[in-house]
Amino acid sequence: MKKIQILGTGCARCQKLAAVADEAARALGAPYELEKVTDLKQIMGFKVMSMPAIVVDGQVKLSGRVPTLEEARRLIG
Amino acid sequence: MSPRHHRSNLLWTAAGLAALAAWWLVYRQLAAIAGWAAYSLLQLPRGSPLGSTMEFFVYETPKVLMLLVLVVFGVGIVRTFFTPERTRAMLAGRRESAGNLLAALLGVVTPFCSCSAVPLFIGFVTAGVPLGVTFSFLISAPMVNEIALVLLFGLFGWKVAALYLGTGLLIAITAGWIIGRLKLERHVEDWVYAVRTGEVGPVEEHLDLAARVTAGRDAVGDIVGRVWLYVVLGIAVGAGIHGYVPTNAMASIMGRGAWWSVPLAVLIGVPMYSNAAGIIPIVQALLGKGAALGTVLAFMMSVIGLSLPEAIILRKVLKPPLLLIFFSVVAAGIMAVGFLFNWLL
Repeated sequence: MKKIQILGTGCARCQKLAAVADEAARALGAPYELEKVTDLKQIMGFKVMSMPAIVVDGQVKLSGRVPTLEEARRLIG
Repeated sequence: MSPRHHRSNLLWTAAGLAALAAWWLVYRQLAAIAGWAAYSLLQLPRGSPLGSTMEFFVYETPKVLMLLVLVVFGVGIVRTFFTPERTRAMLAGRRESAGNLLAALLGVVTPFCSCSAVPLFIGFVTAGVPLGVTFSFLISAPMVNEIALVLLFGLFGWKVAALYLGTGLLIAITAGWIIGRLKLERHVEDWVYAVRTGEVGPVEEHLDLAARVTAGRDAVGDIVGRVWLYVVLGIAVGAGIHGYVPTNAMASIMGRGAWWSVPLAVLIGVPMYSNAAGIIPIVQALLGKGAALGTVLAFMMSVIGLSLPEAIILRKVLKPPLLLIFFSVVAAGIMAVGFLFNWLL
């Protein structure tokens, strides 16, 4: 099962990324788990320098901006 | 580059130049259109308060919004060339002074949102960017932003915008340098240094021209989409003052004679938070009522550059002494700038 993590401390873009990722993952059809990581120390474990960021199965796919639905599908799928 | 790629780039460039030309043609006509709207269309008498107000509003609103779109688009494209990872690589291990200058300049062009302040700080510090240099970046990034510069340029002229840019950078460089000299590394929270550095992070995206233009366009949709209402409101306030308020109504409190207006403005401004566009109505109102330029710029800088939310965010990585010194040094720098302008202009 795909594990998707959204790294962000709660600003508007972080929520938006979570929504886009959720929609993209659902469109792909395969089972997935979406987790929102808001704890700073945990986020720093992924070594990202800007938020929000999206992590798929432990790998950081994108950070610093919200991708389009198309992009999100490519990043997750 | 493949012939197809080449042709696609040429088309994009041609389209871009055409759009720019169209923009320029419309821009040149704005003053005439405003005059026509106020005096011919609405039949308002020339020189009347309402006439002045309407002319000001119809001229300034599209003018500032057009400038905003152009600059945000341009900066959006420039920012695709500067990622936080690349900036960090450029600053790692730099000596002070040169490092402070570079960091301040990079702060202007590297994409930055306040929620990224902490990851960025940690990323820089653990990669070997000196503490003072990191602070130069953290000061210039929020304060010297293109929205503030465009609005100042559009509403008050290029001199005011240039002044804001120059002094903003100067504060970032000097404050960062001072903090570096004070050797405050032990006041960074311990857990920060425990975070391992290592490989750079997400794969650096290789963007072609089309992708960069899209990034610019997205920036316009995102940023202008969020601030346009504030801008219009700000201009409306300015228009009202332009037409109706007698000059110098506020000169006694915030004018050049009242020396304590600068510290007071900074003291009020520091805890406040607003985006650059939101502060413009207040700036318009103050200037329109006779407040001194130095005081108003100091107020604007302290609102945008420092804020209570930012302090709370940074508290996660800075111990209280360092946080306090950071804010104090920057506030002092802003005050100095305020005094300097009031004295010079």
